[in-house]
Amino acid sequence: MMAKHRVVIAPGSSSQHYWRDVWQYRGLLLFLAWRDLAVRYKQTAIGVLWAVVRPLLTIAAMWFIGWLFGSNVPEGAPRILIVCAATLPWQFFATSFSETANSLIGNANLLTKVYFPRLILPFSTVLVSAIDFLVAFLILVVFMVAYAYVPGPEVVLLPVFILLTLISSLGAGLLIAALNVKYRDFRYLVPFIVQFGLYITPVAFTSQDVFNNPAIPDALKYLYACNPMVAAVDGFRFSLFGPSQPIHWTGFCISSGISLVLLIIGITYFRRTERGFADTI
Amino acid sequence: MSAPIIRVEGLGKRFTLQHKQRERYTALRDVLSDRARSLFRPSKDQAVTSEFWALKDLSFDISPGDRVGIIGRNGAGKSTLLKVLSRIVDPTAGRVTIEGRLASLLEVGTGFHPELSGRENIYLNGAILGMSRKEISSKFDEIVAFADVERFLDTPVKRYSSGMYVRLAFAVAAHLEPEILVVDEVLAVGDAEFQRKCLGKMKEVSLGGRTVLFVSHNMAAIQNLCSTAIYLKQGRLVTQGDTAQVLSTYLKDTGAAARVDLSARQDRQGNGAIRFTGFHLADEGGRELAAAQSGSTVVFNFDMDVRSADVRDLKVAMGIDDQYGQRITHLSNEVSGQALNNASGNARLSIRVPRCPLRNGNYTFTLFSTVNGDIADYLLNAGGFHVESGDFFGTGRAPAEDQGTFFMDHSFKLDK
Repeated sequence: MMAKHRVVIAPGSSSQHYWRDVWQYRGLLLFLAWRDLAVRYKQTAIGVLWAVVRPLLTIAAMWFIGWLFGSNVPEGAPRILIVCAATLPWQFFATSFSETANSLIGNANLLTKVYFPRLILPFSTVLVSAIDFLVAFLILVVFMVAYAYVPGPEVVLLPVFILLTLISSLGAGLLIAALNVKYRDFRYLVPFIVQFGLYITPVAFTSQDVFNNPAIPDALKYLYACNPMVAAVDGFRFSLFGPSQPIHWTGFCISSGISLVLLIIGITYFRRTERGFADTI
Repeated sequence: MSAPIIRVEGLGKRFTLQHKQRERYTALRDVLSDRARSLFRPSKDQAVTSEFWALKDLSFDISPGDRVGIIGRNGAGKSTLLKVLSRIVDPTAGRVTIEGRLASLLEVGTGFHPELSGRENIYLNGAILGMSRKEISSKFDEIVAFADVERFLDTPVKRYSSGMYVRLAFAVAAHLEPEILVVDEVLAVGDAEFQRKCLGKMKEVSLGGRTVLFVSHNMAAIQNLCSTAIYLKQGRLVTQGDTAQVLSTYLKDTGAAARVDLSARQDRQGNGAIRFTGFHLADEGGRELAAAQSGSTVVFNFDMDVRSADVRDLKVAMGIDDQYGQRITHLSNEVSGQALNNASGNARLSIRVPRCPLRNGNYTFTLFSTVNGDIADYLLNAGGFHVESGDFFGTGRAPAEDQGTFFMDHSFKLDK
């Protein structure tokens, strides 16, 4: 009976069964996500309605900006859908990135008093954003029904691009979360990254506006493609609107490559520093 | 003896202290500018950090079913040890092997969210402490009954009184069922009634064959709850073993300044037929103590220099004041009816107090003596001593701190 659960603690040893631990603590992950959701709409007048109103407001704002600057709209799909298809992944990234970045500091009391694999915290915040994303996705479906728009066969690729969005937000979030524990500077940097990110991500405009614009030098186009969210947003549009929103493959590969690298760096750095979180936070 | 459930070998935890530290956390700016500066001026700013070992070369074994009290002064490394055992902080050296599931309770109500209701917080807190949803559900009613908050289950805990909050939090933790339970000073909260309940629950838990590690400054609780104890001092193990033995080592060790030298005091009155020259505390067996302990026998020892050749009818009184200068009691051989005669040279006078009824705290005393009816030596505020909390009633329980300044022996009886 005794040997069934043995823990050895030595300097740097907490990684033995790390991923198994993460799996064992999935219950806590769900509880933390549930807590964040349950707390969010307490003491608000319209309660859960906010879950729908918030993405609607964002979509409306994006639609208005896109209309104002007259970015190109393809045949066959209303502008609101094009905007919507980009707002969803962007919003997912923006919320999960900024929430994840603060997830460790915001739960400092847990970090210093209880053991659990620290990855549980950022994971649970990403899960919360994913649930927001689902709600927003339903709004998109409602819009598509309202406009009687039926996506083409490319729609089967959608899960791949959702995964890509997840990878980008998780990678960036983990890295910033771990850095934030030691350097609180990142707390101030995050809102700026999110704000700036919106301007360089094809939400109000489309990637074609960039790649097909002869006035923009190639170097700048590649720089633009370094934004990990470019691939995710382009992919979303492609899977929903088909060939009318073609993917710029070079740009796509750069962008998604960077997402993957970011995830690897994020996890590695997080795992390397996490044993010191309780000491430094 | 069976195989140890916890084995600690050469455990060490080092903290790096930064003397130059301007803020609590590092700012990236500082790192960058320091790096940049060090490019030009290498060796400077290097020696600003110093090391501090919160735990050092710590080795001990704990057998299954032991109830172990961990004692030591503030900063002795008790909490750090619990944090290492709980895998919250990483040790710097050494190795710990734990055979079994360990749950730790380092704080009451970790992760409680003020906006959530009592019911929701029970589930959340349970999950944080490592209980499964099923476990919590099966114990839910018990937890609620223990915390006594049935009526407020659906009220956000931010509206709870602090007492209710603590009760609920402890109730969840008390229903954990790991093989090893680690508890840090949680009894320091709540009212007396609740502390009693907690202590009872802790005892129940530990008597169920579970291994318990318990940190507390409440010596009465340690005495009552723990079978063995570990005494830490500056991160090192001083002694481990039987609770009573370890406690007495600890009490002897703390505040070695319990000895008071009175020989140089000038502010005395009286004819000087005798003079008090020193004071110290001892236990029944004559071993010097650093502090008295509630419920244990204490002997006040006075060294006297008897100058008069003819000392008959010596009367000595010791007035004891509490920390506010309030006279609490008065000990004298006049009221105890003991005659003191024939003292000469360097004499030793002792006053024995069985089952010391004073509560823990600091006390001062005034000495008064007469020889043959004349004031011989009178020393106002002659010195002070300390009383550690102890188990006066032998039940591990004591009235709340605000319920008076001393213990009174009593018994209850109910007649029909």
